[in-house]
Amino acid sequence: MTADVLGTPMKRVEDPRFITGNGRYLDDLKLPAMAHMAILRSPYAHANIRSIDTSAAKAMPGVLTVITGADVPYNPLPMAWPAGGASGLQNNVNTPRVLATDSVKWTGEGVAAVVAETAAQAVDALDAIVVDWDPLPAVVDAEKATEPGAPQLHENAPNNIVFDWTVGDREGTDKAFADAEVVVRQRLVNQRLIPNPMEVRGDIGWYNPGTDEYTLWFSSQTPHIQRLLVGIFTMGIPEHKLRCISPDVGGAFGTKIYCYPDYALVLFASKALDGRPVKWVESRRENYHSTIHGRDHISYVEIAGTRDGEVTGIRVKTYANLGGRLSTIGPGIPTTLYGRMLSGAYKVPNVFCEVIGVYTNTAFVDAYRGAGRPEATYVVERAMDLFAVEIGMDRAAVRRRNFIPPDAFPYDNPSGLLTAVNGAKVYVDSGNYEPALNKALTMAGYYDEIPRLKEEARQRGKLLGVGLSTYLEICGVAPSKWIGAVGEGWGAAMWESANIKVHLTGKVVVTVGTQPQGQSHETTYTQLVAHELGIPVEDIVIQHSDTQGTPFGYGTYGSRTANVGSGAVIKAAAKIRDKARRYAAHMLEASADDIEIDGASYRVKGSPDKVKTLQEISFALDLAFDTPEGMEPYLDETAYHDTPNCTFPFGTHIAIVEVDEETGEVELVRYIAVDDVGNQINPRVVNGQLHGGIVQGVGQALWERAVYGEDGQLLSGSMLDYAVPRASWLPNLELDQTVTPSPVNPIGVKGVGEAGTIASTAAVANAVNDALAPLGIRHLDMPYTAQTVWKAIQGAKGGVA
Amino acid sequence: MAERVTLVVNGAQREVDVEPRRLLVDVLRDDLNLTGTHVGCDTSQCGACTVHVDGMAVKSCTMLAVQADGRDVRTIEGMATDGELHPIQAGFWEEHGLQCGFCTPGMIMVAADLLARTPDPTDDEIRHAIEGNYCRCTGYQNIVAAIRHAAASMRTTTAAQAGTGTAVQGGAR
Repeated sequence: MTADVLGTPMKRVEDPRFITGNGRYLDDLKLPAMAHMAILRSPYAHANIRSIDTSAAKAMPGVLTVITGADVPYNPLPMAWPAGGASGLQNNVNTPRVLATDSVKWTGEGVAAVVAETAAQAVDALDAIVVDWDPLPAVVDAEKATEPGAPQLHENAPNNIVFDWTVGDREGTDKAFADAEVVVRQRLVNQRLIPNPMEVRGDIGWYNPGTDEYTLWFSSQTPHIQRLLVGIFTMGIPEHKLRCISPDVGGAFGTKIYCYPDYALVLFASKALDGRPVKWVESRRENYHSTIHGRDHISYVEIAGTRDGEVTGIRVKTYANLGGRLSTIGPGIPTTLYGRMLSGAYKVPNVFCEVIGVYTNTAFVDAYRGAGRPEATYVVERAMDLFAVEIGMDRAAVRRRNFIPPDAFPYDNPSGLLTAVNGAKVYVDSGNYEPALNKALTMAGYYDEIPRLKEEARQRGKLLGVGLSTYLEICGVAPSKWIGAVGEGWGAAMWESANIKVHLTGKVVVTVGTQPQGQSHETTYTQLVAHELGIPVEDIVIQHSDTQGTPFGYGTYGSRTANVGSGAVIKAAAKIRDKARRYAAHMLEASADDIEIDGASYRVKGSPDKVKTLQEISFALDLAFDTPEGMEPYLDETAYHDTPNCTFPFGTHIAIVEVDEETGEVELVRYIAVDDVGNQINPRVVNGQLHGGIVQGVGQALWERAVYGEDGQLLSGSMLDYAVPRASWLPNLELDQTVTPSPVNPIGVKGVGEAGTIASTAAVANAVNDALAPLGIRHLDMPYTAQTVWKAIQGAKGGVA
Repeated sequence: MAERVTLVVNGAQREVDVEPRRLLVDVLRDDLNLTGTHVGCDTSQCGACTVHVDGMAVKSCTMLAVQADGRDVRTIEGMATDGELHPIQAGFWEEHGLQCGFCTPGMIMVAADLLARTPDPTDDEIRHAIEGNYCRCTGYQNIVAAIRHAAASMRTTTAAQAGTGTAVQGGAR
């Protein structure tokens, strides 16, 4: 009997190749006769292109071809998720072309491309391309871009507005605010971030002149979707003529979901070179300028309630910066994934939110780890703190008072945030918020230790602050008829797929439509399949990432693989067991109803010696010398799974910081996280996901900020200028859990890829603001660099600010 | 104009003809097919390209290939011996010290440099030693645990080899 590995902290099956240097990332791939591409990018944030002269570049050593926008006949890139669900909504869509033709809208937009024998020759030749520019005024701030007199980016988007979207009950919320005992207001800036996966993006395009087929290798989270987006939508090439392969992906965090211009460009270039493969790998500087950014909201937040701590309304107006042109799902992030989650873990009767999506002369903004939900959590968790401070109530007590109660699940949001669409209604699946809060408070010594520590820190010239974030996340995005409904979601389905083959030797190959980028899918799926089929993990291999050989799937983002992808694997395994049972009955001359399954053993009830193993069954059935009437050979089953609902992880995070009153430096002293992600397939993997997620959110609160100058130049344009968190800046994180299984999938999991990031930014922000409260500082915007905090302290003390 | 560079890589002598402007990392990856050494930035911030040159950790993007002439270079591909993982590699596997794996070779090389100098580092010393190497997946926590694990394992081995019989299992603290 094979020991059950489901739920155990099994070591990862991916690791041997990575720890020995045998991972194969995009830039590690070399094809025969491969040429190299470099892209000339706009030095201006806003300019018209008068002309482009490529003649000198074409004469440079090693140059094979030079491409401009006029050479490329393809469509602008597709936009897959317009803002939806509000009446009278306009979506003023402008997406990038493969190369800009008439104008550029941000520094870094691609203008021309050189293909040469070597990468260095391609880069050298970029300098010889002469562009006659007509520079235009730029605007980088989303709120200012909507004001009269602002530079205009697109003719079809007056005042630079992409959409003006609302959700919730405007009148009811206005009335709640008019009747409220207490109203607190605050402008909150959720600054722009650069995601920074350690592997940048890159592609290899290959056109096969013999078959008129294309192959695209790229560092992508969504190979199957891209086959549609770059293939049929951009280039007019249908699925059967394009194969997409994503090799090992060195981190993504959302940046590798989208359809980028370079995909079509390398394919175009390969065809132009009669089938020589063409590789392009971005530099880190290019990644900062031309791969998506995250966040960038300016929000006017109001919270209403009673003097004794009941929250009666939340009203928010947000300017969401979407960049110079729209990325693939940019508008969906600050609408569906943000506005619909603004009441968080609280039972708030009246919520209204308006989001204005805005074009500015900056890089496009799209989903970055958490995607809309960190922004929503930041708003509601800061608002809860500001409300508590205003009424003089303990911040944990205010949260406890307003939690959605445990008997209210499945919870149907009374403010209509989770509206029924297309006959499907999303509801909060399960939850029990107070135990996680209580556990975290105890770990932090919130009531007994913190007051003493504050006093002790004060004597050392430090201000100690404690911050809470009792977050609620929506993830595992589904079901198709909800998310696919016109006007709300992607206009695409959201199911997942898996195929399981039990080969002659009993070894099992599983192919899936999801696409890992470090999340340990090969391990967790292996654990699932070992559990479902009762076989050793050594007998299983998980394959993914190649549209030729894996069933169609939507890829991995939105913490959806555990909820949706696992469902497909479990279903495919059930089909395998069913067929194996029927064939075992044939082999054992029994009725299928009399076969009982115990791990990999299929035996006749009451006759323990009449037994066949899965391996014996697969050997006989795959050879098929003797099959019953109507049974097809081979144990080979495919399943598609559309989960009935999203999942809703939750928990309490507590940050403890010390602020140096002299220098403004902030130190994260302790970080406590009690998360409930439902059942866990592998606790080691869950903790790893939380560690990394938390640190990304801490990075936003304390250090990270993408900065554009007024002229649209990216001032934080390299890793020298952008503060990715370093090991020495961080304490050991203290993790614990509660477990509330989700009822919407067979294994009760909720998802964990983004939870840490969604929770942690608000916890740290609340801690820093708590530390500064004794100085009379009510709110400070992130990131809390020493300079920002020092200035605030000096301002509060009446000194030089 | 190419220059002839002779160097020892992972114990084997190699000769390559390189343009003087080319970096050591590019020659390792492109000319010698040692693609376990990665490039994560263009400003020497990230440390993904860390290798050993004459036994010391070096970001191979900060060194021209011609500067490696006559030197001894070790990359991630040279860490395991006879199919046996180096204790640092084993530590990363044991403690879930990696997720996407892209920073991992650089982290392992810098950890080897640390443990050669400091066999029993504190967590603070480990965090300081790896601060020139970025990881965006792990939050560093399990990387610190992995290096601690490796340090304990290497001390045990060293003690056993020295025949002192005073090996401390699992670390001294």
